[in-house]
Parts: sequence; structure tokens; C-alpha cells
Amino acid sequence: MDCHLDVFFLEALINGLLLAGLLALLALGLNLVFGVIDVVWICYAELVMVGMYGIFYAHKAGVPFVLAAVIGIALCAAAGVLLHMLVIRPVLDQAPINQLLVTGGVLIFLQAAATMAFGIEFKNLGIRLGSVGIADMSFSWSRILAFGIALAAMLALWIFLTRTYTGTAIRAIAQDRQIMPLMGADARRIYVVTSAIGAGLAGLAASLMVLQYDIYPQIGLQFGPLIFMICVLGGLGNMIGGFIAAFIISQFIAVGSSCFHTEWGYAVAFLFFMVAVLIRPQGLFGAKS
Amino acid sequence: MKLTSPASIAAFGGLLLVPALIRIVFPDSEKYYLHLLIQILLWSFIYTGWSLMGRFGLTSLGHGAFTGIGAYGCVLFWNFAGLSPWLGIPVSIAVAVAVSLLIGYPCFRLRIAGHYFALLTLALTEFVRLCIVGLRDYTGGSLGTQPKRAADGISFYALQFEPDRWLSYYIALALWVFGLWVWLRVDRSMDRYALDAASQDEDAAASVGVNVTREKLKITALSAGLCALGGAIYGQYQMYIGPDTIAGLGVSLNMVFAVIAGGLWVPLGPTVGAIFTQVLTEGLRVAIQGSATLKATLGSAALALDQLIYGLLLILFIIYMPKGILGTLMERRARKKAGKPAAPGSAEPAPG
Amino acid sequence: MLVLENIDAGYGGFQALFGISMRVEPGEVVGVIGANGAGKTTLLRVISGMLSATAGSMTMEGTDLRRIEAHQILATGIAHVPESRRLFPRLTVEENLRMGAYLPAARAHFAERLEYVYGLFPRLKERRSQLAGTMSGGEQQMCAIARALMSRPRLVLLDEPSMGLAPVIVAQVFDLVRRIRSEGYTVLIVEQNVRQVLKVADRAYLLEVGRIQMSGTSEELAASDDVRRAYMGL
Repeated sequence: MDCHLDVFFLEALINGLLLAGLLALLALGLNLVFGVIDVVWICYAELVMVGMYGIFYAHKAGVPFVLAAVIGIALCAAAGVLLHMLVIRPVLDQAPINQLLVTGGVLIFLQAAATMAFGIEFKNLGIRLGSVGIADMSFSWSRILAFGIALAAMLALWIFLTRTYTGTAIRAIAQDRQIMPLMGADARRIYVVTSAIGAGLAGLAASLMVLQYDIYPQIGLQFGPLIFMICVLGGLGNMIGGFIAAFIISQFIAVGSSCFHTEWGYAVAFLFFMVAVLIRPQGLFGAKS
Repeated sequence: MKLTSPASIAAFGGLLLVPALIRIVFPDSEKYYLHLLIQILLWSFIYTGWSLMGRFGLTSLGHGAFTGIGAYGCVLFWNFAGLSPWLGIPVSIAVAVAVSLLIGYPCFRLRIAGHYFALLTLALTEFVRLCIVGLRDYTGGSLGTQPKRAADGISFYALQFEPDRWLSYYIALALWVFGLWVWLRVDRSMDRYALDAASQDEDAAASVGVNVTREKLKITALSAGLCALGGAIYGQYQMYIGPDTIAGLGVSLNMVFAVIAGGLWVPLGPTVGAIFTQVLTEGLRVAIQGSATLKATLGSAALALDQLIYGLLLILFIIYMPKGILGTLMERRARKKAGKPAAPGSAEPAPG
Repeated sequence: MLVLENIDAGYGGFQALFGISMRVEPGEVVGVIGANGAGKTTLLRVISGMLSATAGSMTMEGTDLRRIEAHQILATGIAHVPESRRLFPRLTVEENLRMGAYLPAARAHFAERLEYVYGLFPRLKERRSQLAGTMSGGEQQMCAIARALMSRPRLVLLDEPSMGLAPVIVAQVFDLVRRIRSEGYTVLIVEQNVRQVLKVADRAYLLEVGRIQMSGTSEELAASDDVRRAYMGL
């Protein structure tokens, strides 16, 4: 174990903070769907994976990165709508666990489809943004960019949810679905919009991740469980709670990885999650139901 | 279904004769077919263990943790402490049970249920998998490890029997029957009614004197213990264990899928699920090997075809057949006997 | 305005309404009285589309209500104030009112409708940023009615507005009803509190076990021996 409170430790902490931004963005989409429609998209990370492949191939075909990112977001949003209409809607009356399991099926399906379509080799977008050096520490621009855009996206979503009619309706339907028709609001349509936004956020996250990570079909298994943890830890539907939870979890990972092997960082994060949830099941910031 | 009914005894007798039948009918591929059957029996046992919790609404996505603890505990004790599996397995089972109770107690006290419970168990299985990989000096990390072979692979002391397929088959068969016996015992016990009541309405159950937490803990311990046993024996048979073959989220999801496919509320449901999944995988593998065209079009992607179909089937099963193959068939038969169409979905209670 | 003919409705295998025929004319306040379980709330849910009728016809100024989807009924001018208020608890008063104006046609006039509603109910304006779930029962009822008015409805359905409220507040609620009546809204009000509702309604229907047993002017019903004995404790 080589763990000293030196500049490398500080670098790990700051990298942890930057990572938190990305994790918080990922949690945001899941939280939105979770909080509004009350379904867990176990395949959320796989939607991100689909977005990443979409951006990769668009870029490879010569499309400039920003446009490719937009294509990726649109692709994911469409996938989210399809997911909701074809898979979730038929099981909305079933026990919640069935809804979770059916998205488990989608997880397996998407991973297999990606393997068959794109092969198991790691792919990389090949875009290098370089790093910036402060003191003896070095931080990659792609991480910093991801952090910034994640914050901006969260702000944008907050404005949407509080200032627009559709956004208010999305918050309302989470509180009382039955009376939405009395407001003249089509509940089904609102769910579809929510799914599109939730999945679109996955697409945004994908565009930030392709700048930092290689793409392969099983990549979802790396951060999927992590994202669920963050959502539950932060309290369902709680955006700020999600960010703080993301920060806590990512610090565990960053410190664990710099001091020990990567696995232990994650293992401790999961352990922390289990203990926290067993003490306070509604999450650190959730409301007691 | 009584274990002592004439039909059951006859079926059991038939099962005892299977290896001999295989030797007669498929003399050249005896090992292969026995291997398939052994896999089916072992996984059926594990799935049955899982279903003890699943049928009462405690849907765990984390039982890969228990099979992993069972398998790795047994192998590591043998490899590094020379401890015979006859001791190693009980110890591993005890560890698995302890973990299940440690997580279960606060969980049930706090009434964590549904998808919160599932996500918590998901975290558990990931945690165990990560620990397994992290302890790479002992466990071989993500590459897995093997129990040290004793003599020529067959040893009572080391509980190794893989080369002798007949012996392996009877061990697996015994385990499977044991699992069914446990399932049926639970089904007939008072605990079953208590748990059924609790899964419908905990408060009501508690108000009639059911100690809900204790009942849930009992069934959790039993389920975890059975899966740990299954994992350990599986490791002893395969003579290889890996963090993704006997632990982890994939294994956990497979358990859930197989039982859903087979039928959650019937004793042979998990078995049907195991048959279904193993036959599917094997069938696809054989079809792809045998077909030059399929091989050419799919190439290495063929590896994922069975997963693709699994995923699709899981989705379709939950949407259209949430009771599983066996469950749905039995329900249809019961309905026909009663001569009435099934009542449509739950009616909304009439307000004042 | 609103015409129901031979409406049947129920839940699953259980029928709650049998051959209901009634009408509401513009400018009226019509009451529906009856005991618990008589089907009063069911009736309103059928009208506002929360529950489907199984037989009969329902029209609002000629529009066949059975042919359109639940969320399209508000656009025909029927606003339903549900039983137990059903405000969105974690939205503020103003956000709840905003949801009342969700219809595209209503959005265009949101600011002016908001002014109007705050004018009618100044207490709501004071509490505009308060979470709706933290208000008292009487205030919630005010907010629920205000929310229904945001879409400029022609007909307001009031479902048991006095339920669960202290007697003092009940009187205030019926003052609200008189208030909106004087603003020119047509009201169909379903109530267990027979005495109060017959004081404010022009006409009323007596619903018993899913059937209309009696109908007439409020005076007629108030004078009827059956009604007095069964519902007014006289």
C-alpha cells in the first residue's frame, strides 16, 4: 500500500471530484426516470454504451465531433422512448421487481447485440484533448470538460423542471399520476417525454465518456451498478443528493485506486453503500416515505 | 406433488437408470450427455435455492454472492489450508449464511423491499465479486482458480469426483432431490403461510402474530446456505471457478431469468428453467458449430447469440408469461378444470 | 349543458351506477346527495373520464364525452375538483395553479387567470410559494378550486368539498361555492352534507345504491320526508 498525504493524493482527490461530475450526470437521467415513472432502468448504462458506439461510428464516418455528439444524444433519446413504449409500458401494472427484471433482459440483449454488431475489441475515438498542469498535478481536459458540461446540464434540467409547463407536469406526475387527466395532461405522453429526456442525458454522458474511455460492449457493467448506488444513496429523485452521493462514491474510488488496487476502491464504495442504505434506506437525502 | 406418490417413485427410478440408458443409446458421447445432465441438475439445485426467497417476493439479484462464497471458500480452504471440503464446505456455507443474515436483518427490520431490496443485493454481489478479484493472490483474480487436484482427480477426502461421470451424476442427482425436498418441506410448513401473508401485507401478518423479520431471516439463511452448497459442489465438479462463472451479477441474473422462465411458484419450475437455459445455450452452440453459413455470417459474434436470445426471451417472458413456462401451463390446466375463465386484473375498490 | 342518459358504470365485476340520467343547465348549481357508497364519487369520475362508463351516453354541449380520452375532457370545459383535494403536495400553490392551466389554450392566459384567481382568493396569493401539502384543509380546498378555475371552465365538478374538514371550515367552503356561483360558473356538487348543499344548490338529485331515487328543486328535496329522515337526522 503506497498511500501518503502528498500531492498525488491531492491529485487523486481532485480527479475524484471531476469524476463526480460525470457520475452525477449519469445518475441524473436514471434519477429522473426512477423518480417520475418509478421504474429502474437496469439497462441505463447500456443505453450509454449504445450512445458511445453511435458517436464513434458517426465520427468515424467523418462527422465532426459536436455533431456526432448530438446524433448520439438523439439516438439515446429515441432508444429511451422505444424502451418505454415497447418494454416498460406493458409491465407497468406488474410488480416493481418485474419492471426491474425486464430491463435486465434489455441489458443482456443490448450487450449481446453490441458484441455481435461491433465485436469485442476496444474502440477509441482517438480524440486527445491534452492536460493542464497545476503545481505537480496534471488533469486531463476531457475530465474538466466533462465536469463542466455535467454541471451545466444539471442546471439546464433544473430550469426545465421548474420553469416550463412540461417540466412542472413531470414533477407533478411523480406526485399524483391519477389526476393528471384532470389537468388536461396526457400521462402517457409525459412518461414518454420523461423517458426521452432521461435517455437523452445518457447520450450526453456518452459524448463525454467517449473522450475519456475506450468503448466495448461490456462497459456498462463497469459503471452501471455504481450509478444505481449513487441514485439510491442520494435519495430518489433528489438532484443535489445525487451529486453529493456521486462525490462521496467517487472519492472512495479515487482514493482506493490510488492507494490500493482499483477493485478495493470500488469494493469499499459498495460496502459503504450497503451500510448507508441499511442505516438509512431512503438514502442520505431522501424523504422518509 | 408428493415425493412418495407412485408417479414420483417411478420417475425417480427412471432418473437413477439414466446413466445406463445413455451408455446404451449414446455410447460414444456418454461423457458429453452426462455432463449436460449434471450441469442441469446442479444449476437446478442452485435455482431452487434461490426460488425459496423469490417465491415470497424477496427477489434477490445477489445470490451470485452466495454461490461465490461457497465455491471460493471451499477451494481456498483446500488450496491454502489443506482443509478437506468436508469441513471447508460447511464453513463456507456458514459464512454465506452469516453474510445473508448480516444484510438481511437490518433490511427486513427496515422493511426494505421490492426494487430497493434488489439493488441492495446487487451491491452485495458486486462487492463479493470485487473482493474475489481484489484478493488476486489467493483467488487468481479475474482469471479464476482451480482446486488442487488430488491424486487422479477422484478422492473422497478431497471431495473430487469429476473424472467419474457416473459418480458425479449421482451426486448431482442427490443434491437436486435434496433441493426439491427442502422446497416441498418449506411449502408445507407454517412458515410458508406466514411468509405468503407477509409478502402480501406485512402489517396484517404482524398483527396476527407473525414475526415477519424472523421468518424472512429463516428463509434467507436457508436460501443462501443452499446456494453456497450448490456453488461449492459446482466448483468441485467443474474443477475450475471464476468470478464471473460462479459469482457476480451475470450469475445472479441467470438465476432470476431461469426461474422466471421455468416458474417461480411450482417446485419443478426452477428445474424446468435450468433445462430450458442449458438446452438453449447448448443447442445454439451446436447449431452454430454445425452450420457453416451461420459460422460465416456471425463469426465471433456467434458467441453472443445465446445471450441475445436470452435477453429477448427474458423480456418476452416477463411481459407475456410472468408465471413462467411451467407456471402458466399449470394455471391453464387448473383453469380448464375449473371450467371458468380467469378473472380479469384486479378491480379497483369502489369509493364511497 | 351536461346531459347524462342511462349511464352505467362499475369497477371490474361490481356495478356502481345503474341507468343514471341527469342534466345540468348553464348557470345552475346542481347537487347530488346520498350516503357513503351510493355512487356519488363514481358519478363524477365517470363524467371527468377517470372511470369509463359501460353503457349510456354523456354529452357536454353536444360533445360526446364517451368518445374522447380522459385528458381531453378538460378542454370541453369540465373541470373536476377531486375528492380529498388531491393537490400536488410538493409543488407550491402557484405551481399547482400552473398545472391547472396546463391546457395550451389556458397557458396563453396564465398571467391574467392567475391575477383573477388571486383576486378571488387573496389568501392563496399570500401563500403562493408555500408547498401545497403543508397547508390546512380549508386552504387546500381553496387551492383545489382555484386550480380548477385556471382553465376557465364552463362546468366545475366539486367532489365532496367538505369531507374531512372541521365544521367551521365547512361553512367557509360553502361560502367559496357561493362565491364561484356568483362569478357565473355552473357547478355540479356532490356532497354528504345534505343540509349545506341544499342551501346552496338550485336543484338536486338523490342517489341511492347507484340509482337516482329522487330529483327536484332544493326546496322540494329539503321538504321531503324521506330525505329529512334519512339524511338530515330529523
